[in-house]
Amino acid sequence: MFKWVRTDLGGNILLGMLLLASIIVPVCNLWVAEDSFFSITTYTVTLLGKYLCYALLAMALDLAWGYCGILSLGHGAFFALGGYAIGMYLMRQIGARGVYGNPELPDFMVFLDWDALPWYWVGFDSFWFAALMALLIPGLLAFVFGYFAFRSRVTGVYLSIMTQALTYALMLAFFRNEMGFGGNNGLTDFKELLGANLQSDVTRVVLFLTSALTLACGYIGCRSIVRSKLGRVVTAVRDAEDRTRFLGYRVEHFKLWIFTVSAMIAGIAGALYVPQIGIINPSEFQPLNSIELVVWVAVGGRESLFGAALGAVLVNYAKTTLTAALPEVWLFALGTLFIVVTIWMPKGIVGLLRRWQERRSGDSQLPATPESDPPSSKEGTARA
Amino acid sequence: MQVLSTRFAEKRCRSRRLATRVSATLLFAALAVAAAEGDDFAQTVARLDTRDYDEKASVAIELVAMRHDRAGVVLSALMDGQLYRHKDSDQIVIATKADRGFDLLDALTGEDLGHVGRRDVAKIGVNNALRGTLRGLIAQLELNDPDVDARVAAIEAVGISGDESMAEALRSLRDTEPLDEVVAAIDTALALLDLDSSDPSSVLAAIAFLDSDLSAHVRTKLTGLIAESDNEDVRQSARQAIASIEARARRFEFVEHVLFGLSLGSVLVLAAIGLAITFGVMGVINMAHGELIMLGAYTTYTVQSIFPRAIEVSLFVAVPSAFLVSGLVGIGIERSIIRFLYGRPLETLLATFGVSLLLRQSVRSIYSPLNRSVTTPEWMSGLLEIADGLSITYNRLYIFFFALIVFAGLHLLLRKTRLGLHMRAVTQDRETARAMGIRTGRVDALTFGLGSGIAGVAGVALSQLTNVGPNLGQSYIVDSFLVVVFGGVGNLWGTLVSGLSLGVANKFLEPVVGAVLGKIMVLVFIIVFIQHRPRGMFPRRGRAAEA
Repeated sequence: MFKWVRTDLGGNILLGMLLLASIIVPVCNLWVAEDSFFSITTYTVTLLGKYLCYALLAMALDLAWGYCGILSLGHGAFFALGGYAIGMYLMRQIGARGVYGNPELPDFMVFLDWDALPWYWVGFDSFWFAALMALLIPGLLAFVFGYFAFRSRVTGVYLSIMTQALTYALMLAFFRNEMGFGGNNGLTDFKELLGANLQSDVTRVVLFLTSALTLACGYIGCRSIVRSKLGRVVTAVRDAEDRTRFLGYRVEHFKLWIFTVSAMIAGIAGALYVPQIGIINPSEFQPLNSIELVVWVAVGGRESLFGAALGAVLVNYAKTTLTAALPEVWLFALGTLFIVVTIWMPKGIVGLLRRWQERRSGDSQLPATPESDPPSSKEGTARA
Repeated sequence: MQVLSTRFAEKRCRSRRLATRVSATLLFAALAVAAAEGDDFAQTVARLDTRDYDEKASVAIELVAMRHDRAGVVLSALMDGQLYRHKDSDQIVIATKADRGFDLLDALTGEDLGHVGRRDVAKIGVNNALRGTLRGLIAQLELNDPDVDARVAAIEAVGISGDESMAEALRSLRDTEPLDEVVAAIDTALALLDLDSSDPSSVLAAIAFLDSDLSAHVRTKLTGLIAESDNEDVRQSARQAIASIEARARRFEFVEHVLFGLSLGSVLVLAAIGLAITFGVMGVINMAHGELIMLGAYTTYTVQSIFPRAIEVSLFVAVPSAFLVSGLVGIGIERSIIRFLYGRPLETLLATFGVSLLLRQSVRSIYSPLNRSVTTPEWMSGLLEIADGLSITYNRLYIFFFALIVFAGLHLLLRKTRLGLHMRAVTQDRETARAMGIRTGRVDALTFGLGSGIAGVAGVALSQLTNVGPNLGQSYIVDSFLVVVFGGVGNLWGTLVSGLSLGVANKFLEPVVGAVLGKIMVLVFIIVFIQHRPRGMFPRRGRAAEA
C-alpha cells in the first residue's frame, strides 16, 4: 500500500489536487463575499464538477483501453445509461410539481396519454435502487455484450466498430417516444435530490465534493486493479493476447471482467453528472461523444490513469473556453488534436513528461518506450 | 348630427362613383369594339356582375361555350364567392382575404393587382342554385381540359363523386377521346358510377370490371356494397372482387418492398464500396469516409452553381469532378497522416476521425452550416409506373444502376488492370511486392485515392436523394462500416451482397415495426451476427485471412 504511494508521483499529485479543490471550492463559493477576487461562482462549481465526472469517465475508458487494449467507441453509452438511471429517480422526485401536476406520471408520459407507469420505472422512487441500477445496468450491458464479443474473439477494430454500432442503436432507441424515457427531450426539469433542492448552492457544492471523492476513490480503486497480479495479466493480454492465452490464462475472462468494471465506473460517472447538469437526453449516446472521450484519454496519456483524468479536464477546459470565444475554431482544434496526438505523441502528455524526465535524469539504462521507435514495423505487431 | 352629415356625404360620394362607373363602362365598350375577339370574353365576364341569378347562369354557360382558358378559373372563383368587382376600375377581380382587406388578381389575366381595402371591392353574389349549375359547368370544362393529366384527374373526380348526371357527359367524351389512357380512366369512372345503379346486372358488370383496381375509393365503394346491397349475387361478387384486389395489393406490396429495398441497398453499397477498398483491401480504418462522400455531394452543388444553365448535364461533370476532388483529398490524407500509421489500426481510426472533424468544419465555414439544395435534372425526376399502383422514382432507378456500374468498374479495375494487380500484390505481401519492384508507397496512395474517389462519386448520387449538409457523411459512416464488416472484409462481392440484403431487410421491417425500430433491429442483428462469424458472411480464406 505504502509502496504505491511512494512510486506514484502523478497519482499523488492528482489526489492532492482533489483534496485541495475540495477545501478551496466550498470555502470560496459559500463563505467568501461574492464580489471578492477569490469568490467562485456556482456556475464554476458546477463546471468543475462536470469536469470531474468526465475525468472519472476517462479513467474508466483508460482502464479498458490503456491497460487491456479494448478500444471501446461506446463508453458514452454506459455513461448515459448511468445518467438515465439517476435521471429517472430525479423525475419521480418531481411528483405533482410538473406542468401537468400529475402525481403519478412524469410530464412526458401525461403528454403521451399514458395512464400507468411502465414496469421498468417501478422502483425508481427510491434513491438507493436508482443508484444501484446506475451501476448494474451499464455493467449488465457490458457483461452481455462483452461475453459474446470476447468469446467469439472479436478484437481490435471490429470490436471498436461494434461498440460504436451499440451506442448508435441505443441513441436511436432512446430517441423514440415509445421507449418511455422522454424521447427527444430526455429527462429534465429536476427539482430535488434526496430532499435537497438541486438549485441551491450548498447542494451544488455537495455534489462537487461527492464527485471529487468518487474520483479519488475511483483512482485508488483503478490503481489497485492495474497494480494487482490480475492487472498484470490484463496488461499481458494487451501486449500479446495470443501468448497470454498459450500460457494458460482465460483471456476472455480477464477482458470481460475489466470491460464490465470499466462500464460500471462509467455508469457512476454518468450518475454523478446528471444531477449537476440537470438534463439527460439521447444525444449523450451520440457516437461523436464516445470518440471525443477517446481523445481525452489519448491527450492525457493512456497507460496512466491520472493522465486520462488530466486529459479529460484539459480538453474540456479548452472546449468550454473555445466554444464560448471562437465557436468556429473548436472543431478545427479538436480535429488537429486527434491528428497531432496520434502521430506525434502516442503516449499523450504524461508520455512526453516521462520522456523529458528520463532524458533529464540521463538514465540511459531505462528501456525506450516501444512507441518511440520509428513506425517501420508495418506488419501489425504493435497492437494499439 | 355629425353622423347624419357623414352619411349624406357618403351618399353623394356613391352617386359620383356611379357616374364614373357609367362613364368607365362606356369607355370600356368603346375599347371593346376596337379590340379583337379576346375582349368578347372580357365583356362576357363583366356581364356576370348582375343581380339577376338566371342571367348569371346563362352568362356562365356562354363563358363555357367560349372555351377560353380562364373560364374555369373565373367560374370556380365565382362558385367560391371570390369573384369581386373593383369599384374604381370596374375590373372583375378574384380576391382573397388578407389582413382586413383583399389581395386582388385580375380575373381575365391572372395578373397581380396588389392589396386593397375591404370597401374598394363589391362582391358578385352567388346562391345555391347557381352553385349547382356552376359545379356542372366546371366539371364539364375540366373534362375538356387540353392537358391530359388534368382531364384524367377530372374524370376520376367524377367517378368518385358518384354524380350520375355526369355519366352522359362522360359517354359523349369517350366517343371523341383519342387517347387510350383517358378512355381507360373514363371506363373506370363509368364503372364506379354503375356501382350505384339499381340494375343488378350492370352492377355485376361494373364489379367485374373493377376487380383489379387498387384505388382506395373502389375498395370503399365495394365495402359499402357488401353492407348495403340487397342482392346476394352482388354481395358475393363484391366480396370476391375485394379479395382479389387485396391479393393483388399484397403482391404489389411485396414487389415494392423488394424494389425499395434494392434501391436503399444500392445507396448503402455506393456509400460502402469505397470503404471496402480503404478498409477492406488496405486495412485502414477511415473514419473520414463519410466526409469524403460529403465532399462529393458539395462538389455537385458547386458544379451546379457554376453552371446554373446546364443542370441537365451537370451530373456528368459532377461525377468525374467529385472523383477527383475526393480522390485528391484522400491521397493528401494518406500521404500526410495514414502513411505513418500502417499496422496501427486504432491510431488510424483516431487520426482519420480528426480529419473528418476538420473536413466537416471546413465545409461549414466555406458553405455555411445550412443545408444546400442540389437540383435534380429533368431526366431524373418523375415516376416510372411499372404497373397500376406500383411505381418507382427515376432517380432511385438510376442510382441503382449507377451503383452496379461503379461496382463493375471497380471490380474490373482491381482484376484486369496493372494498377489493380499492384494493389492486390501490395495488400497481400508488402515486402515481396516491394522486392519485385513495385513502388509500394505510390500504390498505397493510389489505392487510398481510389477508395476516396469512389466515396466522392457516391456523394454525387446521394446529393440526388438527401439534403447536402455538413453532417451528410455522419449518417452513413456507421452503416458503411457495418455493410463492409457484414459482407466480409476485403471482399467486394461480399459488400455488394450485404449492402443489398441489408437494404431489403430494412424495407421489409419498416412497415412492420416502424423505421427507427427497424433500423435498430438491423443493427442488433449485425452485432449478433458478427459475434458468431467475426469475419463476415464471406470471409477471406487461406493466407490472406491471416493478414
